[in-house]
Amino acid sequence: MAVATETPFHVLAVDDSLPDRKLIERLLKTSSFQVTTVDSGSKALQFLGLHDEESPVSVHADQLDVAVNLIITDYCMPGMTGYDLLKKIKESSSLRDIPVVIMSSENIPSRINRCLEEGADEFFLKPVRLSDMSKLKPHILKSRCKEHYHQEQHQQIDSNSNESSNPTNNSSNSRKRKAADDEILPQTNRLRHS
Amino acid sequence: MEYSNLRRQIICMKKSLFDQGYLDEQFNQLEELQDESSPNFVEEVVVLFFNDSSRLLTNIEQTLEKYPQDFYQLDSLVHQLKGSGTSIGAIRMKNECSVFKAHCNDKSLEGSLQKMKREHATLKKKLETYFQLMRQAGPRERAVNSRK
Repeated sequence: MAVATETPFHVLAVDDSLPDRKLIERLLKTSSFQVTTVDSGSKALQFLGLHDEESPVSVHADQLDVAVNLIITDYCMPGMTGYDLLKKIKESSSLRDIPVVIMSSENIPSRINRCLEEGADEFFLKPVRLSDMSKLKPHILKSRCKEHYHQEQHQQIDSNSNESSNPTNNSSNSRKRKAADDEILPQTNRLRHS
Repeated sequence: MEYSNLRRQIICMKKSLFDQGYLDEQFNQLEELQDESSPNFVEEVVVLFFNDSSRLLTNIEQTLEKYPQDFYQLDSLVHQLKGSGTSIGAIRMKNECSVFKAHCNDKSLEGSLQKMKREHATLKKKLETYFQLMRQAGPRERAVNSRK
């Protein structure tokens, strides 16, 4: 089968500043990424399918409506900071493998270290430039290698038991690569909750 | 004839904006992101900046009028202003913000605020003129200019 043009990687960009959001969106699109922008950490978590603590529903990877290959977030935001968002992502079993990049206008080594220690893959000093965009793909590819490895492991386990009743099992990447910029497309597995 | 005149004006204006320190390299970065698929990108970002920054300056002014003064809030507002200024290459605005932040403890902020407002108004006027010239020159000029 010939390799068709690949679906672009999808980046979720989080920044409370509108001009900055426009800039990061343009930088990402120019670098051939598909982009969704949100203006807060809580909206980012919503988009990623993580409900807040009050919700009784627990979320797993299959319930991600739209695959996100990388999250890039501003550090200084009102309410949930980029660091808080990073922590929540790394605490989530379904989201922790998504690479996270932090952006900040301030060059504070202790802040940078804190983020990297918490699991951030990269730290960009603002203003972010076009040349920074080339640093993103390696992180995505690395995490996809990990994901494929995990999926293979699951596949082996599943094939040893009965056939899976979930028709979308293990094709999650190709299934999810349909996101329009800001729309959440409902997937078949959403029906589990209705 | 008219076109090359315009072109010269644009180049002069841009040079002066840089020489006088109103804009820095980041503005060039923005122009490099402009192309046929996003032909008005720079102006669009700049407009967003001025909308955002005008709002922030108003908030700063209002916060300054309150007693007791909320320096935490002031610092946060100026930080936002500084950040988005940096994103469009508005280096003088950025510096004024740094000065303002430094004075946050001084309690003599009124002067700093006025300076910041003046910088803001000046930059706005100059960039409005710049984009007006660009629009007059037409799409061809935008494509050429952004390759510099």
